[in-house]
Amino acid sequence: MAGLEDLYREIILDHYRSPRNRGELPTPPAHRVEGFNPLCGDEVVLYLEVADGVVRDLRVAGQGCSISQSSASMMSAAVKGRPVGEARRLVRSFKAMMSVHEVSLGEDGSPSDDGPGDALDPSTLGELAALQGVVKFPVRIKCATLSWNTLSQGLDEIEQGDPVGS
Amino acid sequence: MASMTTTEPLDPAKLRADFPLLDGTRCGRPLVYLDSAASAQRPRAVLEAMDEYYATTHANVHRGVYRLAEEATRRFEEARARVGRLVNAPEPGREIVFTKNATEAINLVAYAWGRHELRRGDVVVLTEIEHHANLVPWLMLAEERGIELRYLPLGADFRLDLGELERTVDGARLVGVTLASNVLGTVVDVAPIVQAAHRAGALVLGDGAQLVPHRPVDVQALGIDLLAFTGHKMLGPTGIGALWARADLLEAMPPFLGGGEMIRDVRLDGFTPTDIPWRFEAGTPPIAEAIGLAAAIDYLEQVGLERIHQHEARLTAYAVERLEERYGDDLRIFGPRPDPEWRGGVISFAFGDIHPHDVAQVLDEHGICVRAGHHCAKPLMRCLGVGATTRASLYLYNDEHDVDRLVDALESVRDLFV
Ligand SMILES: Cc1ncc(COP(=O)(O)O)c(C=O)c1O
Repeated sequence: MAGLEDLYREIILDHYRSPRNRGELPTPPAHRVEGFNPLCGDEVVLYLEVADGVVRDLRVAGQGCSISQSSASMMSAAVKGRPVGEARRLVRSFKAMMSVHEVSLGEDGSPSDDGPGDALDPSTLGELAALQGVVKFPVRIKCATLSWNTLSQGLDEIEQGDPVGS
Repeated sequence: MASMTTTEPLDPAKLRADFPLLDGTRCGRPLVYLDSAASAQRPRAVLEAMDEYYATTHANVHRGVYRLAEEATRRFEEARARVGRLVNAPEPGREIVFTKNATEAINLVAYAWGRHELRRGDVVVLTEIEHHANLVPWLMLAEERGIELRYLPLGADFRLDLGELERTVDGARLVGVTLASNVLGTVVDVAPIVQAAHRAGALVLGDGAQLVPHRPVDVQALGIDLLAFTGHKMLGPTGIGALWARADLLEAMPPFLGGGEMIRDVRLDGFTPTDIPWRFEAGTPPIAEAIGLAAAIDYLEQVGLERIHQHEARLTAYAVERLEERYGDDLRIFGPRPDPEWRGGVISFAFGDIHPHDVAQVLDEHGICVRAGHHCAKPLMRCLGVGATTRASLYLYNDEHDVDRLVDALESVRDLFV
């Protein structure tokens, strides 16, 4: 049986207690995007500042459980300063790590193109790998992936030329 | 089952022996099940009644002429009358419609009665504390028909604020109100609502999902016109619920779903629906579930619903006292102060700013089942200013030890997150 220590790793609790990149950015130039987990009412709001194909800055607002909040914090630390292409690869790797029990469907219910594809090897995920234990608690997987899906949506919106968010 | 005289208090430990899932241990300790508001456990008597029915009597009902089918039909209709008597229906055999659950019972009212009766601009009054089951069917009708929805608001003391009652129900056709909140534990005093609604010419639909399992409910004493409730929260099986409605109301309602069993005649150019209550039960009904539900009612009445009510009132007061004494201001309970008459055993709380999911996850590690989430009452969550709560709910098989284990285990929740 999976134990709590698989879920609540010290590094996760650390991000939960002292979240990184917490706050907001002025829009514009930043792009604002929201994600919800209807099951538990978790809410993540991301402010993304993308310029010259690089995630120059981002902030995380919203509220939720320790898993959704720490995952958002770790995500923000991992993608800040990275080229958009790399950030997207990270999203795919992270979701691949989380997809052991989750049927990989996109937000619109169609099979997602976030499949492993050219995903990075999980061993390259660094401290994000601490969230791997979440897959043993299937109802919490959506908590962990919330901020990543939101990031993915935000990057799509920026690419589609809606930089301010509507 | 364990026999007890009707005056002595319940002995939950003795009762637990009747419940296979609660009897014995899991991972080396007894399970602390504090989620009966979501779904109760069922006693062996219910499981056995259903097994026995399948093993000895099953055939489809209202169809065969052979004796087995007649016997199945007789038992199914007896179960219906049993359900009717539980809520003191004037005509127990005619006024109970079996549904899948409380949600379907309310949808039945919204579709059959609502679609027939309501026109653009007609008013239906609901409350801010409703379960989604008594909101969404009406919201759907509002979209489809353009009916107007009004809401009785939540008051400062976690009870309904009836200050604007007269004005709110003025001109309304129906008032739909939960009789007991699945989040706050509030037992709604429906008497003034029924009076005002009836003066205004409106019907009253009670959502009894959280009241019928926990105390005697008498539809005639309450004065309501329709009542929805659900089997799995009252020791019965899943897949069965009931709508009680006054016979004259049912008589005036067109069918809900169409198919077999609900018709008197079908031609290629039309159909004639059959009598109540079968008019509202298209297709093969949940027969074994009806028999299981009747067995659950027998069990509840043998223990005594008034005794169950008293037991829960005592245990609720104990739980609130223990939680407050240990955690003080760190634990905020969303619900009225303990009150035997107007508060049931549903205890929703916020624990510091620890998310309910995290609370429930750690409690699970201690063998304690509580619910975390919005409890299908998102508008109420908004009123309370939270996204979710942790909810412990009590029933006849819970006791002080369960409460003590909850109170102690919250300590380790705090250790982990604070
Ligand atoms: C107050 C209330 N109404 C209605 C329901 C719906 O019951 P069911 O899901 O069995 O239809 C519930 C169950 O959660 C409830 O608590």
